[in-house]
This record gives sequence, structure tokens and C-alpha cells, in this order.
Amino acid sequence: MSEALIKDYGSPGRKGYSLPELDVVEKNPAESLPEGMIREEAAKLPEVSEVDVVRHYTSLSNMNYGVDSGIYPLGSCTMKYNPKINEDIARTPNLTNIHPQQKEKYVQGSLEILYELKEYLAEISGMDEVSLQPASGSHGEYVGLMIIRKYFEKKGETRTKVIVPDSAHGTNPASATMAGYNVVEIASNERGMVDLESLKAEVDEDTAALMLTNPNTLGIFEKDICEIQKIIHDAGGLLYYDGANMNAVLGYVRPGDMEFDVIHYNLHKTFSTPHGGGGPGSGPVAVKERLAPFIPAPVLKKEGEKYYWDNDRPDSLGRVHAFYGNYGVMLRAYAYIRTAGAKGLKEITENAVLNANYMKHKLKDTYELPFASDSLHEFVLSGSRQKKEGISTVNIAKRLLDYKQYAPTIYFPLIVKEAIMVEPTETENLQSLDRFIETMKVISQEIEEEPELVRDAPHNTVVRKLDEAKAARNPDLRW
Amino acid sequence: MRYISNTPAEQEKMLQEIGADKVSDLFQAIPENIKFDRSFNIPAALSELELKELIKDKAEKNLDLSEFDSYLGAGSYDHYIPAIIDHLIIRSEFYTAYTPYQAELSQGTLQAIYEYQSMICELTGMGISNASLLDGASALGEAVIMAGRHSRKEKIIMPETVHPAYREVAQTYGKPHGLKFVETSLKGSSSNYKEIKEELDGNTAAVVFQYPNFFGTVEDLAEIARMLENHKKAVFIVVANPMALGLLTPPGEFGADIVVGEGQPLGNPVNYGGPNLGFMAIRDDRRLLRQLPGRLVGKTEDIEGNTGYVMTMQTREQHIRREKATSNICTNEALNALMAAIYLATMGKKGVEEVANQCYQKTRYLKEKLAEIDDVTVVNGDNHFNEFWLKIETADKSLEEIETKMCQQGILAGVNLAELTDQQGLLVSVTEKKTREELDKYARKLEVLLNE
Amino acid sequence: MKVNEGLYYTEDHEWIKVENGVGTIGVTDFAQQELGDIVFVELPEIGEEFQQNDNFGVIESVKAVSDLYIPVSGDICEINENLLDQPELVNEEPYQGGWIIKINLSAEKELEDLMNAEEYQEFLKGEA
Repeated sequence: MSEALIKDYGSPGRKGYSLPELDVVEKNPAESLPEGMIREEAAKLPEVSEVDVVRHYTSLSNMNYGVDSGIYPLGSCTMKYNPKINEDIARTPNLTNIHPQQKEKYVQGSLEILYELKEYLAEISGMDEVSLQPASGSHGEYVGLMIIRKYFEKKGETRTKVIVPDSAHGTNPASATMAGYNVVEIASNERGMVDLESLKAEVDEDTAALMLTNPNTLGIFEKDICEIQKIIHDAGGLLYYDGANMNAVLGYVRPGDMEFDVIHYNLHKTFSTPHGGGGPGSGPVAVKERLAPFIPAPVLKKEGEKYYWDNDRPDSLGRVHAFYGNYGVMLRAYAYIRTAGAKGLKEITENAVLNANYMKHKLKDTYELPFASDSLHEFVLSGSRQKKEGISTVNIAKRLLDYKQYAPTIYFPLIVKEAIMVEPTETENLQSLDRFIETMKVISQEIEEEPELVRDAPHNTVVRKLDEAKAARNPDLRW
Repeated sequence: MRYISNTPAEQEKMLQEIGADKVSDLFQAIPENIKFDRSFNIPAALSELELKELIKDKAEKNLDLSEFDSYLGAGSYDHYIPAIIDHLIIRSEFYTAYTPYQAELSQGTLQAIYEYQSMICELTGMGISNASLLDGASALGEAVIMAGRHSRKEKIIMPETVHPAYREVAQTYGKPHGLKFVETSLKGSSSNYKEIKEELDGNTAAVVFQYPNFFGTVEDLAEIARMLENHKKAVFIVVANPMALGLLTPPGEFGADIVVGEGQPLGNPVNYGGPNLGFMAIRDDRRLLRQLPGRLVGKTEDIEGNTGYVMTMQTREQHIRREKATSNICTNEALNALMAAIYLATMGKKGVEEVANQCYQKTRYLKEKLAEIDDVTVVNGDNHFNEFWLKIETADKSLEEIETKMCQQGILAGVNLAELTDQQGLLVSVTEKKTREELDKYARKLEVLLNE
Repeated sequence: MKVNEGLYYTEDHEWIKVENGVGTIGVTDFAQQELGDIVFVELPEIGEEFQQNDNFGVIESVKAVSDLYIPVSGDICEINENLLDQPELVNEEPYQGGWIIKINLSAEKELEDLMNAEEYQEFLKGEA
């Protein structure tokens, strides 16, 4: 059951669009443009009717699975429900039909929303100033590291090293490289946390920063955080917080109070904005006062009742986006925070942590739990018990798809063999959690009794297991 | 909180099963001395009705484009967006889906991206496109880093005819990698080719050209290609307006190595500048492909021989390669790319050509009318796509005054170049949405204003 | 797990076969099994010189990337261009058709640092 390519839907001459007739006298562009600049052959784009387009994309959507379809327990992704009122709000005509080059006086409504969002993000994280410009989490990480870079430049210090734990998300070391740093990885200890001795051994006057997420990617809270921050700060380095796991701490602890100097948020995780199949996201960065001069320009400011973009930022690291960042995503996050309110934010975290602990409790007898420490909003199992039967974690994940449930994150974090990283989020109800738990148990049973069912999964999806080696060896990247 | 389904009774049941008394017990690992012990200083929760009212009140403080005839461009363009696009992307299986790591449950997203990649290649005349980057400016940032890596050189020649924000972002991205930027000067509304030729040397990593350039002029890419013939290691980067490629020769035909740009004109609203859509396409070269940042979707088969799609060449990316990845990008602009793909499919071969032509024709019409007015010059002359540089030199009125007065007449006359550059004048953009009456009105109002 | 006689082995699971001062280098059966389906091999250029344990190339499977380290010092005299179109040769024939580079050894004495087949077999027992 495969869906044809859109270009194969059509036939020459079919039209899907309508435009008014040209109402000015037509001139010949070739007269006025340099020779050879006029396209001789039109781009070979599809020639399809509107109905063709609708049928095609509807058909494609039916081969997809979103949070609206069912549970999506991807660890580290916080796939919570995407509220529909936020979609309406983000489509409000006088909020969206504005041009980025319009003068500030015409967009005070939008600027007010963005400014309030900044205030909330500062309050929630315990930080002082916020940049809304980064357009994704990793963009935020990059900006955070560039802020750190600028800070040391201004101080006249050359520091070339950024430390990340071996449990870190891949974007952390990758962002450090983008910002021109060398990356050093330190091992986690047997409790799944940062090993203080390893850290002390690595930190020196060449250390610009330590990048941490807390709780870490195992869902475990780094309880030594007070000592960790001291080690870094005593050496003159800075502490970076990867906000991917904020859903675990809202209302319970703030990165600013843990003495982090700079953090990034993922609005498309913690603040319910939709993932869109891979974006758009938004990665605002929040900093302590001493780092405020370095954040990207322009910065949204308020004077009296007027909001404006402050370009007078001589120490700013510069721009990372042509305009102001992913504004449409910010509107949704704002609506979400106003819907939750102060109390609601704490309830989100409490239920995220409760749901995860419930699932962990009910699965830990069936699947190995490599790190027994308390965990918060996510936990990591290992498929190693099942591996003895010749089945790997990837097979378990694919078998879940047969049961119309999305698989958790697999093979991450790297410190767990056959890792299965589960984050249900607070919006899953008890029935959904029980169903997932039951399915995981059934699959474990299947591995004992009918392993080929799991090994050859998926069976019930629109395509069976795909040949990724072929795709990588002989890339076919366009029609 | 309204999106939490579980009732207090259900939560209690779960706590009991875990063996905890209250939910705060689950947070014991957090040291007491850092625990947040007050309530957030954030307003109380709003019901949906209250939220709607609140947003309505704030939105009314805006004066959006429906209140004006807008001629604003400079990197964000107000084209007509067919109704069908929003109806399709509001399908929850598209917008609430995650990145398609589990390919078998994500064939919709994956095939849509494969088609987007294909259409970008067609439009730009290039061999390979990625699945999207964050926006046009950061795409240029990624491109210069890529050029530095590929050529193993340091110098990036970037004329002032490239959008100032793009130049700023490129430099932000490039400097930590030791790249050195040379910004060659303007000659009228074009680049100074003599200067570029002089700067081109054995240490050049890349030459960046915007097409059409920031001031609206269509520069001769063939000239640049000729210059680069003796500098084979230097990478030819073109920053292109994808809508213009409905009319103009695609950069691929001039031998561009990397084409980047802002995909917003394709089916995406202006939306105060975001979310936007960075695109990147390269020529079909295996070595260059391995340096390409961003996701790639490839076609393959499943174990039964059915066609399917997967993310491929993932070893370039951060989740596998970590600090050696070609970029740190993870979340990109997939939904915006889907909107662009639906736009390209809907407009199709003829439509993209027609929109581009209408943009050109209407721009030319307005330009010719304005050029007739005393004290008004169009710096580009006849060479433009959908933007031109308007210089107004009257003794008694400043440009700001003229802008303000036009505004009071309901016309956003253009982007004041002094806000973005060292140049004087307005950058005036015309899209297919403008009617002849509106264009006549602009010319008439301006003329009257200047004669007051 | 095939371990061929007459070859030298490294702890990074590379093998080298030496004849008349020319060494043929590849990765072992164990390595190709661990990596999975090989999709790409990044080869150095002919003439490039390397010191023992330098990184001379990269081998990639779908989900992993591994650096290749040169067992002994030398300069590249041949590269296996078949691997560009058929990287799967490394999986299918790790000791024959899947060879990666040939070098002119510059310090034959370095071979003494490497393991023989028996020693490598022992080493593999520890890795499991």
C-alpha cells in the first residue's frame, strides 16, 4: 500500500491554483536583466489539481502517527498534548499578519505578549534576562555557548574546553563544536550521575563551561549539583543548563537557584508547542545578569508602557536569526503558560513525575532497570534481559508499532546498553499508561514464546522493516 | 491543570501502587536548600474563554498588514497563500508528530520531506537538498562553515549586496571556526566586481552572492562563475529567493556549489519573521554530501520490496557523530517545509512561473511610475525582480517624514535602508497581491506628498 | 569469529599482512560484526604519511562511526577503490576483498607491538 509521489499524480496542463489576471501591461524581463538570467525551462514541478493535492497529502497523513494518535513516550522529547486553543491563537489574523520590518509602534500587542513570555521564562528558571531569538533547542545551546565565549573574550581569558557528561544529548557536544570549543567527556558513576572525582580531575583554568541537564538523561536528579557548581565556578568556569528536562522540575527547583549561569528552554517540549514532524521549535536562552550584555541583539525591552527592540548592545554575540526567532511558536507557549497559571505549572511536573514513576514501578520486573536511583519524569530500561534470546531493543521498539503505540527513545543515553528511554509526560491518562505497560509485558512474553514475531516486526504498519543500509550506501534523495 | 486527564483519585491510586504517600515524596532527591519554596510570580490560570478575550485585547493593539498597503520586503515577502495549505497541515498526524525516527510509523512525514527535497532541487537546479534548516540567515551560517571545512581555506568574500542580517549571522557562525570575512563594497545597487576579483585568491574558501541581491538587483551569476574558474577550491555559495527562481535561471546552471535561502515566500506567512524556513541544496557530489548539515530523507525498500522512506546518512548528524557532526542541528522547520512543499505542488510548474512573472511585472509597473516623479530615482534602473531601491532627494522633507506621511495615508512605503545599512532610501517590494489600483495609489500619493 | 593466521592484529580490531615491506590493512571479522552493515569507508589519499596509531580513515555503518587507526607507520601506496561502490565488501570479506589500504612500512620493528592470531583470539575473549 504505497502512495504515489505527488508528481505522478498529475498530467500536463493540470492546475491547482488560481491567480487574478495580470492587470498591468506585460513587459519582457529579458530587456532589462543581464543576459542569460531568464529561466529557459520551467522547474519540473507537479502539474496537479487541487483535489489531487488534497488526496495526496491526506493519504500521507494517514501513514503518520502524532500525539493525537496515541501515546508517544519518547524519553528526552516531552511529547505532551498540543492544545488546540493554542493553534487558534497562533492563527489570530492581527497577530500573524504582521511583517518583521513593521515599526514597533504597530506591533505593540505582539511585543507585549513576547515581553510577558520573557518575564515568565525568567521567573520559571530563576534567571535575569532572556533572548527569544534561538529557533530550536540546539540553536539555544549554541547561543548559550557563544554567550560564554563572549564572556571570556571580554574578560581577556582564553579557555578552549567544554565538559559534557557521557550521558549528554548529542546536541551538547555538537553545539560546543559549533561554538569553536573542544569537547571533553566525563564518565558517569555507578549511580548514573556525574562522577565528582572525574569532574575535579578534568576542570582547570582552560575549562570554559560544564554542560549539564538536571535531572540528567536517565531522569536522575544530580543531587551533587551544589558541589558540582562550586567546582566549576571556583575554577572560573561557567555552568550551562540544557533545559530539555524542565518538565521534571517546574515549581520544585529552578536552574538559577542551582547556580546555573545560562540555560536554554525547549518550548516544543516543556511548553506544549507541536513538534511538526521535526520543527518548528523554539529555544529561548535565559542568563544571569552578568551574562546579559552578551545575548543576541536585538533584545526586547520595555520603557514605560512601550515595548521596543534594543539594538544598542555593543557586547552582544551578534545575530543567529534574520528576525526575532520563531514567533509563532512563542505565541503558543505564551497561551500555554497563561492556561496553566502558577499552580498549573507545578501540577504538570507532579503528574509527569508520577506517571513516569508509576510506569517504572510496573515495568522494572519485566525489563532491566540499570540504574536504581530515584528518577523523575523519565527513566531508562535496558532490553539486555531480552537480548539473551537474540532479540535487541530495536526489535522491541518495532513490535510496539504493531500495537499502534509509538516506541520510546532507543539506544540513548549511550551509557546504557540496549537503552529504552521512557517519558510518558503528564497528559497521558491512567488507561493509556496501563495499556503501554501491558503491551511491553506482552512483547516480553512474545520474545519467550514466539520470538520471530518480535524479530520480524513490524508486521502491521504500512511498510515493514526498511533497508537503511541500502539508503545510506546508495542515497536516493530526490525523484 | 486542564490537560492532565488523571483525577486526584486516580493519582492517589497510582501513588499507592508505587508506595508513596504524596507526590512531593517523589522529589526527595532534590536538596532542601535549593528547593523552590514559593509559588511562581505568574498570573493564575485562565479558562479558554478568558484566554481568548485576553489575546483578542492584546492583538487589537497591533495594526496588521490588512490595515495598510504594505511594500515591505527585505527578506520576508507577503505572497498569496492558497487556502488548501492550512487545511492540510492542521491534520494532527502531521503537526503533532515527532521527528520520523521510527520510519515505519512516519511514512507520511518522510515521503513529504522527500518530495520537498526533490522540488527544492528542481527549483534551484541543484542535485541534493536537505530537509530544512532554521532560516535563510542561519542556513548561510551553516554554508560558510561547510565551505571552510570542504575547501580547508579561511577567507569568505561576502559583498554588501548580501542582506545585512545574513552577513551578521554568517559572521557569528563563521568566526569561531577561524573564518575571515571580506565585505566588498557596492557599486550602485550591484556588487563591485573589480574588488571581488582582487580579493579572490588561493586562500578563498567561498564567495557568497545573493540572487536577487538585497537591493533587488539581479546580478550576473555567470560573471562570478567565470571568476571562480581559476579558483576551483573556492566554494560558490548563492543565497536565492526561491520565488524568484520561477522567473530566473536557477543557480545550479551557473555552477553554484551550495544554494541556500529563505523558503518563507513559498506558502509561509510573514508571521513577524518566524517560524521561517532555511533551505540548502548542493550539487551532486559525494564528498560535499558528507559535509551537508541537516536531515536527509532517502528512498529505500522494506523487506517485502515495498517502496519506503527513511532518514539517511545519519552518521553526519549530532545524535550519532556528536562533537564531530556536520552541524548541531536537531529540530529544524519540518512543518514549514511541508507548507512550502504543498505550495509548490499546488502552484506547480505553471503557477510558480506565473506568480514570479506577476511579481516582476507589477514591480516594474510601479517602478516606472515612480521613476517619473521628480526627485525620485530608482537606483536599480530596470534590473530587479520584486524589489527596488528608491531614492528620494527633496530639499525640504526627510525620508522619515515622507515615510510617516505615506503611512498616514495607509501605505507602508518600504523598508527604510538607514535602519539596516549605511545607505539612504527605501527598499520597495511588490508581490502578486498588489492590484494596479493600489500601485497607482502609491505613485499618486507619493507625488502629491512631494509637491506639498 | 574468524581470526586468520599469518596476520598481525591491533586492539582496535585492525589486521595487517606484510609482504616485502608492503602492508595490507583491514578490519577484523569481529569489527565488521560489531559495526553492522557498512555503508561508507573514508579513505586517505595515496602518498599520505602516517605515524603508528594515527587516525587514517573512518568506517561507517548505518548507526555508528568508527575511526581507523594505522597499526604501524608508513605511507599509503594503494587504496581499495572498490569500497567506494561496494562498502559491504568489508562485511562480506573482511580479510580479502574488504582490505582497506596498503602501505610502505617505514618502521618494520613496530610489528612487534602487535598481536598474533593466538593473542588476538585471547584478546577477543576479554572483549565479549
